[in-house]
Amino acid sequence: MTPIFLAAATTTPEEPNPLVPHVSEIVLVLVIFGLLFLLVRKYVVPAFEKSFAERRDAIEGGIERAEQAQAEAARLLEQYNAQLAEARAEAAQIREGARAEAQRIVEDLRSQAQEESARIVARGAEQLAAQRSQVVRELRGEIGTLAVELSEKIVGQTLSDDASVRSTVDAFLAEIEQQQASGAARAGGPGGAA
Amino acid sequence: MSHSASGVLATEGFHAPGPIDFFLPDFTGKSWNQDGYQVLLTKSSLLLVLGAVVAYLFLAMTSRRGKVVPTKGQYLGEQAYSFVRNGVAQDIIGAKDFKRYVPLLVSLFFFIVVNNLFSIVPLLQFAPFSRVSFAYGLAVLVWIVYNTVGIMDKGLLGYLKHSTIPAGVPGWILPLLIPLEFLSNIIIRPITMSLRLFANMFAGHLLLILFSTGGAYLLLHATGSVVLKPAGVFAFALGVAIGFLEVVVALLQAYVFTLLTAQYISGALASEH
Repeated sequence: MTPIFLAAATTTPEEPNPLVPHVSEIVLVLVIFGLLFLLVRKYVVPAFEKSFAERRDAIEGGIERAEQAQAEAARLLEQYNAQLAEARAEAAQIREGARAEAQRIVEDLRSQAQEESARIVARGAEQLAAQRSQVVRELRGEIGTLAVELSEKIVGQTLSDDASVRSTVDAFLAEIEQQQASGAARAGGPGGAA
Repeated sequence: MSHSASGVLATEGFHAPGPIDFFLPDFTGKSWNQDGYQVLLTKSSLLLVLGAVVAYLFLAMTSRRGKVVPTKGQYLGEQAYSFVRNGVAQDIIGAKDFKRYVPLLVSLFFFIVVNNLFSIVPLLQFAPFSRVSFAYGLAVLVWIVYNTVGIMDKGLLGYLKHSTIPAGVPGWILPLLIPLEFLSNIIIRPITMSLRLFANMFAGHLLLILFSTGGAYLLLHATGSVVLKPAGVFAFALGVAIGFLEVVVALLQAYVFTLLTAQYISGALASEH
């Protein structure tokens, strides 16, 4: 009754196929798009790329400057640290050197003093020995003389030029010497008593 | 809306919109290729030219004074340009080769998106790519581009081998696979590409015509039931909703077309499958 229900059936049989290509339209779209493409390639893309590049430069330039400053600061810090370490090492070296020097000096002085004392002791001993042998030598002559004089007085005759008497005395003294040093003191006893 | 010879709002009944509504007349009044007459100077052709002009003006005006700190317009243009440049060209083709193809992809995206958006601009209200020939033209162009890129990169035989013999496939299946791969990579691609764009715009426009003319018919002319006039209002409301959907479709189809172009170029350049 209402025409609306007939709507679906009203397509006319002579309707064209929408999928059939039209050469003129294909050519048109290629020409129009070709022009657009050429213009975009020549003007639009370079302009956009240029402003992108400028922006990137502006940002990267800032970053680069900051990086440079940071690198400079790091370099200075490293340099300062290196110098500090160097100074510390040097100080330690100097301290070590001084300590070694002091020790060396002490060692030197000690050995020097030891040497000196040894030398003094040796010289004392030497002198002592020399004096002792001198004393012994002197005493030997004196004791001999005194003993002969004493014997002459006791015996009442001259014995002094008798060679046999002299050798007797020498033999006696040698016998005494063969005993202890106390023998020398005993030999002096009769001398002192005379 | 009623460009067809048989008026949509004929008083005796509702005439459903059909393919005939996409065959617009030129200034001589001839509407489609009757007797080999090549209709060219139609509203759809003029809109196509206008679309190119608008797309170029948008890009040119937003890129002309490139400042380090962008103005609002420049920012918008840069965002849109970067979307294609980075989001499509760089991501799909790869950082090594993508720069050469940025002009093509940017032109394609903005050309298609502006033309598609015409479908919901008042007074214009027609998407040129609902004319299949325009979509064919672009698809043929893309076909030539990606095949040329592949042949330049690998030589004719190398490219044919690259696009028909997938890597790591056993030899005995090749007699079956080579014709299939050739069909899908060389023959079918431009067809699906153009039909996808065309069919989306065609269907969207058809829906808009249907809801607006149908709504008008129900409100003004239909008689016999009390629900018909409210149904007309409802049809208009749906038409508005379809209009918003059309915005999404317009953007999406431009994106898909550009994305596929990048994909095909990338595939032609790839060293292995």
